[in-house]
Amino acid sequence: MLITRRAEFSASHACRQPARTDEENAALYGAEANPRGHGHNFVLDVTLEGEPDPLSGMVYDLKKLKEILQREVVDVFDHRFLNLEVPPFDRVVPTPENMAADIWRRLEPVLLGAGARLHAVRLAETEDLWVEYRGGAR
Amino acid sequence: MIRLARRYRFSASHRLHSPALPEAANAELYGKCNNPCGHGHNYVLEVGLRGPLDEATGRVADVAALDRLVETKVLEKLRYRDLNREARQIAGEVPTTENLAAGIVRELSSWWPEFFPGPGPSLERVRICETPRNVIEEVVSR
Repeated sequence: MLITRRAEFSASHACRQPARTDEENAALYGAEANPRGHGHNFVLDVTLEGEPDPLSGMVYDLKKLKEILQREVVDVFDHRFLNLEVPPFDRVVPTPENMAADIWRRLEPVLLGAGARLHAVRLAETEDLWVEYRGGAR
Repeated sequence: MIRLARRYRFSASHRLHSPALPEAANAELYGKCNNPCGHGHNYVLEVGLRGPLDEATGRVADVAALDRLVETKVLEKLRYRDLNREARQIAGEVPTTENLAAGIVRELSSWWPEFFPGPGPSLERVRICETPRNVIEEVVSR
């Protein structure tokens, strides 16, 4: 069974590679390359996979998951300029793809052995564009 | 492997009517969607793709290329059209949401290599909401 918890954070980023020129970055990332950055209200859906515990009837304690998402993701990303304030995005381009993979790496060790397994991290930059990472090659 | 999905919108009209069936059977089968004058919807189209993360760019696909593909090969042919008379190549003879989804998959698949040459992302799924309560999804590859 899959259960999903949603968290939201607002942050700014600039999608650009420091080694490339402004023109190259604009061609590659469009308006997202503006060096001064721009922001989104990101919507994060985190999905766990597991069987409901026979006693509690729950796959995972959603209160606990809420606290983990707050501590590991929202407190780190919310109201920050990712390129300047949130490693590894001082070195890694903060595309939604890289952000989703980074959030997976933050959550997986915390959730390991909890009875439920991290299944998917879905990050929506706007309501019309989102990415999903399920770990490794899945 | 990273998945990416993009949402688009278009408005179009259609009438569900199968020439293979008599009038009464059409009315019974399709109900108010069989109205001879047609009717329209604000369709929502979601296109999902997946592929490996490009380490240099940090992206799975060029979203601008996806937008160009969907706009020029699909949306321009459907937007503000009468699907029965003006978009049969995509929507099929009976423009149900199922046929529309299958036609959009065909269209995107045939143009995909031109817009995403090389070992880039592959088309994973097409999802159409005819209304917020009426949703069809075709999974292209698992």
